[in-house]
Amino acid sequence: MSDARSDTKNGPIGILGYGGYLPRMRLERSAVAQANAWFAPNFAGKKGTRTFANWDEDSITMAVAAARDCLGAGEDRSRIKGVTLASSTLPFAERMNSGIVAEALTLDDDLETLDLTGSQRSALAGLAQALSKASSPSATGEILVLAADDRQTRPASAAELEVGDGAAAILVGRGPRDRVLAELLGTGTVSVDFVDHFRPAGEDVDYVWEERWIRDEGVSKLVPQAIERALTAAGIGAEQIDTFVFPSTLAKMDAQVAKACGIRPDALVDSLASGIGDTGVAHPLLLLAHALEKARPGQHILVAQFGSGAQALVFRVTDAIGSFRPRVGVSGWIARGVSEANYTKFLSFKGSLVLEKGMRGEQDKKTALTTLYRHRKAILGLVAGRDEATGAVHFPPSRLSLSGNSAGAPPVGTPAQDSQRPYKLAERGAKVLSWSAEYLSYHPSPPNHYGQVDFDGGGRILMEFTDITKGEIDVGTPMEMVFRIKDKDEKRGFTRYFWKATPVRSASTPEKKEH
Amino acid sequence: MASGIKDKVAILGMGCSKFGERWDASAEDLMVEAYNEAMTDAGIQPSQLGAAFFSTHMDDVGVGRGGTPMSIALRLPNIGVTRVENFCAGGTEAVRAAVYAVAAGACDIAIALGVEKLKDTGYGGLPTATVGTYIPQWYPNAVAPANFAQLASAYRSKHQVDAQLLKRAIAHVSVKSHANGAKNPKAHFRSPVSEEQVLRAPIIAEPLGLYDCAGVSDGAAAVIVTTQEIARSLGKKDLITFKALQIAVSNGWEMQSNEWDGSYLHTTRIAAKKAYAEAGIEDPRKELSMTEVHDCFSITELVTMEDLGLSKEGGGVKDVLDGVFDAEGALPCQIDGGLKCFGHPIGASGIRMLYEMYLQLQGRADARQLANPKLGLTHNLGGQPSQNVSAISIIGRADA
Repeated sequence: MSDARSDTKNGPIGILGYGGYLPRMRLERSAVAQANAWFAPNFAGKKGTRTFANWDEDSITMAVAAARDCLGAGEDRSRIKGVTLASSTLPFAERMNSGIVAEALTLDDDLETLDLTGSQRSALAGLAQALSKASSPSATGEILVLAADDRQTRPASAAELEVGDGAAAILVGRGPRDRVLAELLGTGTVSVDFVDHFRPAGEDVDYVWEERWIRDEGVSKLVPQAIERALTAAGIGAEQIDTFVFPSTLAKMDAQVAKACGIRPDALVDSLASGIGDTGVAHPLLLLAHALEKARPGQHILVAQFGSGAQALVFRVTDAIGSFRPRVGVSGWIARGVSEANYTKFLSFKGSLVLEKGMRGEQDKKTALTTLYRHRKAILGLVAGRDEATGAVHFPPSRLSLSGNSAGAPPVGTPAQDSQRPYKLAERGAKVLSWSAEYLSYHPSPPNHYGQVDFDGGGRILMEFTDITKGEIDVGTPMEMVFRIKDKDEKRGFTRYFWKATPVRSASTPEKKEH
Repeated sequence: MASGIKDKVAILGMGCSKFGERWDASAEDLMVEAYNEAMTDAGIQPSQLGAAFFSTHMDDVGVGRGGTPMSIALRLPNIGVTRVENFCAGGTEAVRAAVYAVAAGACDIAIALGVEKLKDTGYGGLPTATVGTYIPQWYPNAVAPANFAQLASAYRSKHQVDAQLLKRAIAHVSVKSHANGAKNPKAHFRSPVSEEQVLRAPIIAEPLGLYDCAGVSDGAAAVIVTTQEIARSLGKKDLITFKALQIAVSNGWEMQSNEWDGSYLHTTRIAAKKAYAEAGIEDPRKELSMTEVHDCFSITELVTMEDLGLSKEGGGVKDVLDGVFDAEGALPCQIDGGLKCFGHPIGASGIRMLYEMYLQLQGRADARQLANPKLGLTHNLGGQPSQNVSAISIIGRADA
């Protein structure tokens, strides 16, 4: 790729914002090793944890969470004109996955959505494409590049311990100089059909070739080529790189590549292997977002990824870097982890272990697509209706508004008609009005918590709760909204999404261990 | 100004099947059981029935839709049979229709019959009813125990009631109903339980345990109504008449506005006020002899006592623990065991409540007979606390 340095007259091209998301649960590797020791004793002594998605999370929901981490709570998202979602685990093969994300983010519909998949480097390919598009003279608006992975692995495999689930978001575009946090200097790519692993369409688990060959013939030869091309395009030397992001599950591979390219050893970033695991397509963006939290003006960041060749991008951190903070940030998500030693819970959430659901689990979850389309703003965007005269918020929105009821007394007067305007609830705080936790119905992670929540500024929804530690919900508990899987229609393979409430958590508070 | 229903319609006959896990009986068999008793009690022939109202809730495990299942099961003489469905309050809704038909003079004699066959699901608890295509896309996969359990969380918070104290009070509700049910040969559950048993039972939905939940039962109940004049002409004496029939249905206020506090049943308060006015009751705690309320869960009964004005707001816990609503108390509630122990075949429950009231008012309640009751109230609730149907009937001796 050619030099992408921008026309300074119109402002530089680069990163305008960043964010991440890591699921709360951290699986203890020792628990996995212990459970599988009879079969795979070679994993004994494995330490640390990996993230794993809750049963109601997938690459779409995690991408939404990362995007919200990046975009913040602001009402106006009209500047975003593109959403790219890169993942090797897109929930839908046919249905624009990034389009679901855009609906959840309540973005305007005059934007371009794009799904990218097929390689571990698809996130960096997407990032390069988005930056290239932003540099075009006709470009308007900003592009949100999202990456997420929620991979399935074979029990008792190395990948099961190495992989983690997560997502990241990088917002790019041409900015005024004081908004661009890191300016793009150059990109480089190598595209060859080097098959270190593959996953046929319709299969869930990767098939992997021998590690020694991947190291020697793949990574060691292809990644330096891409890096060299990017450095040349950027016009800087390898020794000038201050931060080198190169995720790989191969031990010390990043150090080996750095050495081969002449990158200083102190430029290597923590791969988060010990606590998080490798989040696949999301990982380079996740590590980039993590690195940007600590980046200082003038530093050079090189981010590279291997996969069907290799991709590399070089950025220079600007003076604006301190002006942006993600809502929680990768380090915040890291701190929010809760240890989980229950291996069968992990297997069940990953679909590797089918638990007895009982007859209550046989309920048909068929989704009427006509209904979904008609009410997509309410369902996917959590948009209520606010009566313009009274300010009363109604969810779901309706043609007739409530008016005049009081405790134990019927309404007086005539309800206002067609008086409601769209009113977004997803970024508003809420409190629990009433709740319960039940063990009767089938639920993938019992007990099923739900209750009524009242939103700050008006609005009430009886809704499901998620990511709950038993005992932490009470009347008045502050809650926030998360976009999650509502139901899976196993008969037809359709996933239903909606919003759930989860307790507001501060990033710094260590979580209680979940039992 | 409407003149209301008071004393315009009398009960000619009633019947109720044995409730319970009726593995032996189909919904049709249960209907025949209740119908036979009611027709014998009324002393009439099928040809004298002018209209029928048929209450049943579940389609998938019941008899399907429409009025035909009742007409065919009972071989009715090709009269109008209207299927009535209003969640768990469908029984009282069917009664209202029959009473209104008679009061309007549209027919001389009408029958309301409710039936539910719940034990063909293969599992415990109520089956999940369908709710259209929109609601399932956002509304929780909620079950009744957790919907009603939320009353407890909001009630505790509003009235600053200690969790243990509330748990003990609702346990008392169930202990009382079990004691009453033990004396009722038609009840589903006939074993007394101790407070300790109730408190120790497994949790179904925080804070409700197994014994805080009503029975899920098979059963049917029927009532035949007519005017006082026709009843007398058929040889009936000591008539039991309707004093009030009121139904209030949520309009979304509880669920969607931020005004309802979650601790009480808004519609019950509205329906109760209207029912007392229709019946001419000024002090229900003094004037009523007994109540049969919708104790689908123990917490519902406690809260309902306040909503009916029988306990003051926030005073339910004390009244329950003081035994006010026990069989020997000042205002017995669920003297037949209630939904808790008589059982809860959904479409039949509202009529079952009337059945006990009718027996008591006639002095025919055997071991459960209260001393000289004159006026009784039934409270039949459908849906869940934040959106529901509250149906209240008051019946009494014609001269009361």
